Amino acid sequence: MARTGTTAMDSLANNAPAVPASERGTQRMADQPFWLVVPALVLLVGVLGVPLAIIVIRSFAEPDWGLQNYAWFFNSPVNLTVLQRTFTISAWVTLVCVACGYPYAYVMTVVGPRLRLLLILCVLVPFWVSGVVRTLAWVILLQDSGVINSILRGVGFGAVKLIRTQTGVVIGMAQVLLPFMILPLYSVMKTIDLRLMQAARSLGASPARAFVQVYMPLSLPGVYAGAIIVFILALGFYITPALLGGPRSTMLSTLIQNQVLSLLNWGRGGAMGVVLLVATFVLLAIAMPLMRQPHRRGRDA
Amino acid sequence: MKLPTRIILGLFCLLVAVWLVAPTFVVVPMSFNEKKSLAFPPDGFSWQWYQNFFTNPEWSASLVSSLKVAAVTAVFATIIGTLAAFGLDRMKSRTSGVLRALLITPMVVPGVVLAVGIYAVYLDTHLVGTMTGFVLAHTMLAVPFVIIAVSASLEVFDKRLETAATSLGASRLTAFRTVTLPLIAPGILSGLLFAFVTSFDEIIVALFITSPYLKTLPVQIFSSITRDADPTVAAVGTILFITTSLVIGAGLIIGSRQGRR
Repeated sequence: MARTGTTAMDSLANNAPAVPASERGTQRMADQPFWLVVPALVLLVGVLGVPLAIIVIRSFAEPDWGLQNYAWFFNSPVNLTVLQRTFTISAWVTLVCVACGYPYAYVMTVVGPRLRLLLILCVLVPFWVSGVVRTLAWVILLQDSGVINSILRGVGFGAVKLIRTQTGVVIGMAQVLLPFMILPLYSVMKTIDLRLMQAARSLGASPARAFVQVYMPLSLPGVYAGAIIVFILALGFYITPALLGGPRSTMLSTLIQNQVLSLLNWGRGGAMGVVLLVATFVLLAIAMPLMRQPHRRGRDA
Repeated sequence: MKLPTRIILGLFCLLVAVWLVAPTFVVVPMSFNEKKSLAFPPDGFSWQWYQNFFTNPEWSASLVSSLKVAAVTAVFATIIGTLAAFGLDRMKSRTSGVLRALLITPMVVPGVVLAVGIYAVYLDTHLVGTMTGFVLAHTMLAVPFVIIAVSASLEVFDKRLETAATSLGASRLTAFRTVTLPLIAPGILSGLLFAFVTSFDEIIVALFITSPYLKTLPVQIFSSITRDADPTVAAVGTILFITTSLVIGAGLIIGSRQGRR
């Protein structure tokens, strides 16, 4: 919706009276806005494009040309387990984020302004704490002599193994990624007219039915947007699984790092990287159309 | 909504809020631990880990390098990102849509894949463990945040104001300097801040391109956590949290004062 606003502005600006001829020369430079983007593009190609190209090339070229690294990757049960686990953990994290983020974002839209500010603040606090420090906090919380286990012991329960387990990794990752779920959800939900639910109620729908049939479909673009961001970021997570996880919760990123830094096998590491990269972009391509908001806001009420 | 649903929903939200915020604070008591351990609950009280952070050259050097890298990165990323945001804003919407998507890709490329690639390039160009290497990589990662922040303020900026200024005789440069720039300054400023934080917090690429001579703070924290249970990391976490809270708090206060004027 913001974009249509800009284009309207553009056409207004273009229809504005012509600039005097003496100004034309300077204007021609500014009329070629492409040049303004060039520095960013050069940086992008040099520090992102070239490195990624090198990874792709090495995955086919080292030690010999061919598909050997990919054949190795897809024929090794260990790798396939890790690949599957990466997707499973990401799916769990996304599920936890949707389950916790959806009600939270909904409440954000219905409470008063003061409480809303507080709720937004809670979502933003994790952003201003360094990522590594946040993971450290989870180590302190989840470890065997950690906060959660000492509380459990205090109440009389036995200790639970949390650190170096998949559960621990999911809990930590979901907390880090939850803001990426809540923010898009909230931005979609706040545009939904709550009177639509009242209308459904007045036409005889039960509250639950009004919610499921009217509200939920309208909020779906937010769910898709949040879920895809969380899932994609989760696929590439490295620090949290490395610190909270154990050998049984290794994710693809750790495996790549291991191949390259410890085993110096750039071909195999590259092939794994390409698999992760392709998975990410295929998911993005599938999800893009789903994220568009189907309903158009006519006028802000 | 019926009352029971309300109570359940409210409690659920409270739990989620606690889950979001509480882990941050757990670092604070650990930083005053008397023993060299991260086990909970901490024992006794001491300032020794704070002392260690400021006096141990390993820690203070990493803090200084992080600040340097982040400051230079923030300046470069803000200039490059602001230029790009202006360019995108002035383009035909089709081209700009494609370019915008392209320029934002650093945000979705998996960190380790990117880090491995950059490491490969840096090995060939002798940029591993250099300031230039860090600044280049971090600037690339930070530019998308600047573009997003500046674009957001350009979207609400009324271009007719600039046209009005030029029609009243201002040169384009004057119009830009005196009309456009002050109006989008908040966007540029928040872009600068985002760029600084992105660099200051970046760890994955840093882990690959670090050297014993140039280590950033996140790398130092990471290696400390993986090496032993040194409460200095908790002290660092507490200092970082308090500092950013103060900066953000000051920003909020200044912002609300300006809003009232």
